[in-house]
Amino acid sequence: MTEQQTPDVHSRHFRAVDYGLIALMIVPFLICIVLKVLFTPASEGVHISGALVFLEIPFPVQPLIISESQVNSWGVILSILGLCLYLTHGLTAKAVCRRQLLAEWIVEKCQKLVKDNMGEYFSTWAAFICAILGLSAFSSLSCLVGLFAPTGDVNVTAGWAVLVFFLIMHYKFRGGLWNYFIGLFKPIPVFAPMNLIGEFSTPLSMAFRHYGNVLSGAVISALMASALGGLSKTLLGWLPGILGDIPYLRVGIPAVLSIYFDVFSGCMQAFIFAMLTMLNVAGAVPWDEWRARQEKRKLRSGANVTTGKTA
Amino acid sequence: MLELAMGIMLGLMGLGAGCAMIAGIGPGIGEGNAVAKACEAIGRQPECKSDVTSTLIMGCAIAETTGLYGLIVAILLIFVAPGIFTNILKEAIKG
Repeated sequence: MTEQQTPDVHSRHFRAVDYGLIALMIVPFLICIVLKVLFTPASEGVHISGALVFLEIPFPVQPLIISESQVNSWGVILSILGLCLYLTHGLTAKAVCRRQLLAEWIVEKCQKLVKDNMGEYFSTWAAFICAILGLSAFSSLSCLVGLFAPTGDVNVTAGWAVLVFFLIMHYKFRGGLWNYFIGLFKPIPVFAPMNLIGEFSTPLSMAFRHYGNVLSGAVISALMASALGGLSKTLLGWLPGILGDIPYLRVGIPAVLSIYFDVFSGCMQAFIFAMLTMLNVAGAVPWDEWRARQEKRKLRSGANVTTGKTA
Repeated sequence: MLELAMGIMLGLMGLGAGCAMIAGIGPGIGEGNAVAKACEAIGRQPECKSDVTSTLIMGCAIAETTGLYGLIVAILLIFVAPGIFTNILKEAIKG
């Protein structure tokens, strides 16, 4: 009786590991906020600028720039690591606590999404797709705590898009380099430059779509905040003393915009990025040519085995 | 001379940003068409409302891309380009 109860009791109570992992979730964001506060130059009003540059390391060709977007995305990565470890440590065969149910729900949803969109062959891709989805969504949502969203920097999204581009290329070369090269000249040879541009436009459009959505949301929010500040100064500036300096209209109204631009648009773009990754990678495999190639290879290896036996 | 050149340059950048935002017309019409067709589809088959809605949101977000390219160009022209071109102009006049 007591043996059956012990795991239950342990899972209900918070342990030092739980506190440590929750701290790992929150501390990276706090560090990023402190860094941002330390490095932001003193200025009046709302400013629209790119990521702050924390550090420049001299390198032969070009200085290596450590900017806010890099630091923030590493913070987001650490925070997601903490979340995953918190959800999955001390798993039991019989789900007895809420966090295990949540972890199982996330994994099942991701596997179903990948299986529905990419097919049975790519079912092991759930981990990668879930990682991209989570990283992108959390990066976009990190601007809710006042940080610069790493996805608002084109370098970050372009990095992800280049990664996806290499994956697409890897699966396109499955049918053989020569077949891929021939495929560029279909349906007629005149289309070759168009097809070549089409190959490179996929990662470009993925990078710019994500970056543009997040950046435009940030710019419109900043413009709106500065306009509301000016409006409240003209409307309520007659109040005496310090009461006249407080921008009353800036309280609450920009938050309504933030629900659309930060929360909805950020999550939507993360989902679209993951979705396009899935569709592009799954659609890149030339199945017929790949099967023909495998058959040929099998035949050749079979021939080798038989010749070896005879020799 | 420098002031005149910079004034002309900044004004042209503003005009360019305005022209770039003409790109917003296309996605507007396209998304309007998509929503109209989605409404028709839901009216014909109300039971597949959730599927149509999710596909519609996904398609709208992808159709937005062309408009966003214009917006990015406009934002770059207003907030980024003046600093770069002012430096180039100053150096050209000095040298």
